[in-house]
Amino acid sequence: MVETAIKKVSPLDGLAGPVGGNVKLTSNGFVGKVIIRGDSDNKDFVMAVKDVTGVEIPTTALTFNEGETYSIYWMGPDEWMIMTPEDGEVALETALREKLGETPSQVVNVSDYYASMRLSGPAAREVLKKGSPLDLHPSKFKAGNCTGTRFAHATIFMVQRDEEPTYDINVRISFAEYLWNYFVEASREFG
Amino acid sequence: MLVIKCPFCGERDQTEFTCHGEAHIARPENPDELTDEQWGDYIFFRQNIKGYQYERWSHDHGCGRWFNALRNSVTDQFVDTYKIGEEKPAIPSDEGK
Ligand SMILES: [Zn+2]
Repeated sequence: MVETAIKKVSPLDGLAGPVGGNVKLTSNGFVGKVIIRGDSDNKDFVMAVKDVTGVEIPTTALTFNEGETYSIYWMGPDEWMIMTPEDGEVALETALREKLGETPSQVVNVSDYYASMRLSGPAAREVLKKGSPLDLHPSKFKAGNCTGTRFAHATIFMVQRDEEPTYDINVRISFAEYLWNYFVEASREFG
Repeated sequence: MLVIKCPFCGERDQTEFTCHGEAHIARPENPDELTDEQWGDYIFFRQNIKGYQYERWSHDHGCGRWFNALRNSVTDQFVDTYKIGEEKPAIPSDEGK
């Protein structure tokens, strides 16, 4: 049998980043993403996810919990995204399905559905303001928050990591190049 | 810019939402016994009130959830939004103005 190595390709491969130092834009590579749905009032569901990931499901809207390997993001009242290091998604999906058994729930691997990029630096918030309808003032949206929203014409899932500020932005792969180039263009005036 | 309060995510810009028309329309329990006209009424006919009306909305670009709203179709004022299954808010007494 001939071994054929699969070369992963990202829509962000080879794209040029912002020129100056006030905005940084990088690809998050092939971070794994698994969406899980279930009832957070069901102890079996909550415990199963905790057992597999070591992380508590966040039940407060627009927040996330981070563990050593996995992090879990609130997407809706019965929907969460779990992020894993590269190539961890299939093992996670399998482990969750096994542990959940007959517990009403849904587990879907969406790793190849979203491209993930990181926008950071002193002017990152100003860049984001150009296409976001959100109130991004730190009193409203701050480190520790995540949300589905839009940026210009793209539907995105956004996470704020810290107050630098650093944002991780997940977007459907067909919109990835558009979003990246929008950020680069929007960064030009900040140097 | 119109700000709409998602019952799950809080206040957001209108461009994150879609309106899906009149709310609280119950599917007939006995479709087999209905005339074509009655079925047509259920499927197609809406009140389209000028003034306060109960509507279904979805937070498409946010949490993706559906909810209900009481909105004035003349002034675009949102009186309140509420989760599916929750009690309807009362229509303000200035109705008709
Ligand atoms: Zn919402």
